[in-house]
Amino acid sequence: MGKKVLLIEDEPNIIEAISFILSRDGWEVKTHANGHDAMEAVRRRAPDLVILDVMLPGKSGYDILGEIREDANFAATPVLMLTARGQTRDREMAERAGANRYMTKPFSNADVLAAVRALAET
Amino acid sequence: MPERLMIGTRIRERRVLSGIRQTDLAKQAGISPSYLNLIEHNRRRIGGKTLLKLAEALEVEPSHLTEGAEAAVVGTLREAAAEADGGEPERDRIEEFAGRFPGWAGLLVDLYRRNQSLERTIDTLTDRLAHDPFLADSLHEVISAVTAIRSTSSILIETEALEPEWQARFHRNINEDAARLTESAQTLVRYLEGAPNRDADLTSPQDEMHAVLAARGYHLPELEREIAGPREVTRLVRAEAARGLSAPAQALLETVLLRYLEDARALPLRSFLAQLERIGPHPDRLAEETGADLAQVFRRLAALPEDAAGPVGLVICDASGTMVFRKPIAAFAMPRLAGACALWPLYQAMAQPMVPLRCRVRQAGRESAVAAPAGPAGFDQPAPMRAHMLLCPDPGAAAGPVRNMGVSCRICPQRDCGARREASILSEGF
Repeated sequence: MGKKVLLIEDEPNIIEAISFILSRDGWEVKTHANGHDAMEAVRRRAPDLVILDVMLPGKSGYDILGEIREDANFAATPVLMLTARGQTRDREMAERAGANRYMTKPFSNADVLAAVRALAET
Repeated sequence: MPERLMIGTRIRERRVLSGIRQTDLAKQAGISPSYLNLIEHNRRRIGGKTLLKLAEALEVEPSHLTEGAEAAVVGTLREAAAEADGGEPERDRIEEFAGRFPGWAGLLVDLYRRNQSLERTIDTLTDRLAHDPFLADSLHEVISAVTAIRSTSSILIETEALEPEWQARFHRNINEDAARLTESAQTLVRYLEGAPNRDADLTSPQDEMHAVLAARGYHLPELEREIAGPREVTRLVRAEAARGLSAPAQALLETVLLRYLEDARALPLRSFLAQLERIGPHPDRLAEETGADLAQVFRRLAALPEDAAGPVGLVICDASGTMVFRKPIAAFAMPRLAGACALWPLYQAMAQPMVPLRCRVRQAGRESAVAAPAGPAGFDQPAPMRAHMLLCPDPGAAAGPVRNMGVSCRICPQRDCGARREASILSEGF
């Protein structure tokens, strides 16, 4: 079994597409679809890498990222943030919150895959 | 000048306002007129009994003279000076200015306060727009659907030997997302343009007037009868007034209905339908056959029942580009009043009065095509000018190039457009 990635995203068809490409690349993909108990999912799944959407029901991706960074067990877990907004301000917010990479929707599968592979090597 | 030295100025102002002579006031205060003169010109300090006596004689509180009613004014002027971007306000002479020119100082303070209030309003509105929950939700929905479609279609294209069950699943996903995208995009466009025939509130008399016409299919049998006259127009307007049509909208409706009546008299329904059946939907030939001007033929075609003439749209604008009449047609979206795509033939027609135009158009980002023969208005009313644009579905057989155009710049994704006057939220936002 390959490394474990936790995808926190609320759009079912985006979940399915990303899960498909990562699974084919050898990743063990776990998914979670809401924000309010996302941190519990992180603790339960103990992923090697997190893909985190910004706009989630229940809690913002920035807040979840903050919780991840505050937890000593996951403070160094690579996080790739996905957002619908690509403005500098949003990118800065993601960086301040502790994101390792930041991707703007709509993204290409190849870019997601490349980002995940690069983060896994860090 | 220090504020404490401005007491004299305030005493002088108050005395002059009260119509008391310097000599009389000095007498009441028990001091010489020359000493009062020195006080009034801020050349002598004042306090104690003299101040109390002067205040009593002037019928004001002593504090009014020491602090002045302008204390708050001075504070506000200091605030304004601190925020001044340009100019070099004399900050060390604020008290003197407020004391010597209380009227001007008061006006400046009022303007400064009003400016602050307006700035707060702008901030609130900007914030509301930036954080408009409906707009944010709609854009998020659109972007999510686009992301899912892009990702899923890439898998279908790029994955070799994709299992049939996965293929079927991803096809179904794309279909679902495409439907969701269509709905979200339409909702967004309706919201941005505030199409009055949907859920948006009716906010202007023009919207109200168009809603009345739309509810009747832009065809009014009451005005088609041979005996119809202005009385029928009045009856129709009164009926709508009874249903709550506002007074400004009633005036607009009356104007449009009187023009409808005039058109119906010039081109009676029965004969016009017969000519249409014989000649076909060719406005120029119909105009030649009937002797009517092209603009009137346009309006008549747009007023026919849809089962007789098919879907026909019409846009009329005045010389400012403001749309004064708007009958929509499927596949050709239009903004509410103004700010439409500058590439519309409507505006070209306005630039070439009396020269009829005809062209096939396609709105950017839409698949459907419509043919839009456009002619200049004003054949029957040279001033003020009106441009008319008739919109008919493209039968597909027409020859000639297709001209791409949008609805309005704000929601047009077309890049490198020479007619663009503002950035698109589509190109900026996605």
